[in-house]
Amino acid sequence: MAVTTNDVEHVAKLARLELSEHEKDRFTEQLNAILTYADKLNELDTDLVQPTTHVLRLVNVMRDDLVRPSLTIEQVMNNAPEEEDGQFRVPAVLE
Amino acid sequence: MSLLKQSLQDIHKRLTSKDLSVAELVDESYRRISEVEPKVKAFITLNEEQARADASHMDKLLQAGESERGLLFGLPVGIKDNIVTEGLLTTCASQFLSNYTPIYNATVMTKLHSAQTITIGKMNMDEFAMGGSNENSSYYQTHNPWNLEYVPGGSSGGSAAAVAAGEVYFALGSDTGGSIRQPASYCGVVGLKPTYGLVSRYGLVAFASSLDQIGPLTKNVEDAAYVLQAIAGHDPLDSTSAVVDIPDYVGSLSGDIRGMRIAVPKEYMGAGVDLAVKERICAALKVLEELGATWEEVSLPHTEYAVATYYLLASSEASSNLSRYDGVRYGVRAKDADNLMEVYMKSRSQGFGPEVKRRIMLGTYALSSGYYDAYYLKAQKVRTLIKQDFDKVFESYDLIVGPTAPTTAFKLGEQVDDPLTMYLNDILTIPVSLAGIPAISVPCGLANGLPVGLQLIARPFDESTLLRAAHAFEQHTDYHKAEPQL
Repeated sequence: MAVTTNDVEHVAKLARLELSEHEKDRFTEQLNAILTYADKLNELDTDLVQPTTHVLRLVNVMRDDLVRPSLTIEQVMNNAPEEEDGQFRVPAVLE
Repeated sequence: MSLLKQSLQDIHKRLTSKDLSVAELVDESYRRISEVEPKVKAFITLNEEQARADASHMDKLLQAGESERGLLFGLPVGIKDNIVTEGLLTTCASQFLSNYTPIYNATVMTKLHSAQTITIGKMNMDEFAMGGSNENSSYYQTHNPWNLEYVPGGSSGGSAAAVAAGEVYFALGSDTGGSIRQPASYCGVVGLKPTYGLVSRYGLVAFASSLDQIGPLTKNVEDAAYVLQAIAGHDPLDSTSAVVDIPDYVGSLSGDIRGMRIAVPKEYMGAGVDLAVKERICAALKVLEELGATWEEVSLPHTEYAVATYYLLASSEASSNLSRYDGVRYGVRAKDADNLMEVYMKSRSQGFGPEVKRRIMLGTYALSSGYYDAYYLKAQKVRTLIKQDFDKVFESYDLIVGPTAPTTAFKLGEQVDDPLTMYLNDILTIPVSLAGIPAISVPCGLANGLPVGLQLIARPFDESTLLRAAHAFEQHTDYHKAEPQL
């Protein structure tokens, strides 16, 4: 499975990353090298093997639905790049 | 002997008899930092004002005859900069978080505060814990105290270097594919990765959620046992933390390992491992035999697939975990963003270093439509096979032993151009992470003037056996007493 520069552009968009032409070329090369190495895994027959998502196999860890003290608006806004009236300010989403 | 190299019991005694004050411990830490930091550069942020204030407060408690004091009371500690500390800058060595001051404490910090340690500062690391040399820090390079032209390892490079250099009494690091154990090995200190789920991940900035664990880096095994005792335990704030009884780790340090059955995987002593490293491991095995343990060669047949498996899984999980860095609620927002999409793209592109971008790209690709089955799902299945290899061995053996890393530390800049070579340094630590089992690296001598680490691996939640064996080995040798000449 060869990775093309088009693939890299598509993936970069999914990952919300802006890459320079130089970065695109370098990543295409490096991703190909890494994925070629990863093709090794195809040597193994895993048809009957269950995937391991988590080693502890915990299921449905819940807590009681009780209201507890949470953060203040001040705390929440503490690291906000741009704030207005206790809200995070961003450029307009809709025209 | 530096105050910070004295035993826990000695310090405790001297504090009780008022022969020593917490202020003096903190003084020693900052004195040593001013002496060696220009060369080692282990810290990103120093917490001097608060640390001294805390020391003063704790000395008042001592004067008032405060009776309930654990052995960690007053100790100067370094915290890896991906563990959130309320009110103290936490950057993960990334430019994206260069202005981030957390509004809460990680659970391990809450526990250390209960144990009354003193936070000296935040340790340098590979950005977002992605790396094995500390060369991926977006701030500056940490140097190996044993030879300043060499890397300290990573990603907990700052933590390992600071303990080796005597700047702190102990440090906390994090381990996803070897990031505590490998730098511990390179820097000649003890590094422990607990069983997955033993230590809360609440407040550990997530890299790969099914692999990340916080653990101690210390000057000897006893210290590691005390720190683990303080930080282990179920946490309702971490839904992946295990509900298990915490044994008396310190009490397990009996020195007696007679009859312990040790397995040495032939895949861990193969062609890729330096001859000089193998020699140290063989010498260590002789010591373990002298102590009454027996060892045999075994096979972990899926070892050769571990690195590929890890990089697919860890990068996939990372691509998901790092999608929170959007420049909206915290972190550095790009100044030149004209619309919302640009806020995301430019903030991330400007804020992340190349290794972080590479792993996000790899992970996003592996999870994307059309490739999920071939890469991510496949890797999860191979992960099962790797875990089963360990389960089989632990049916007949109590411990697995081998080198922590295939080589000693490498020179700065030697591997930056080839990510794949860098990834292969972790071949001995990665399988353990995939299986979620505990492992410790202890110093076992020098090769070419640089430390070699012995890795001991145990069954899930059997840190007691791990610590007992590591401690017995350590006490029968002098390797842990060696110090770098800075």
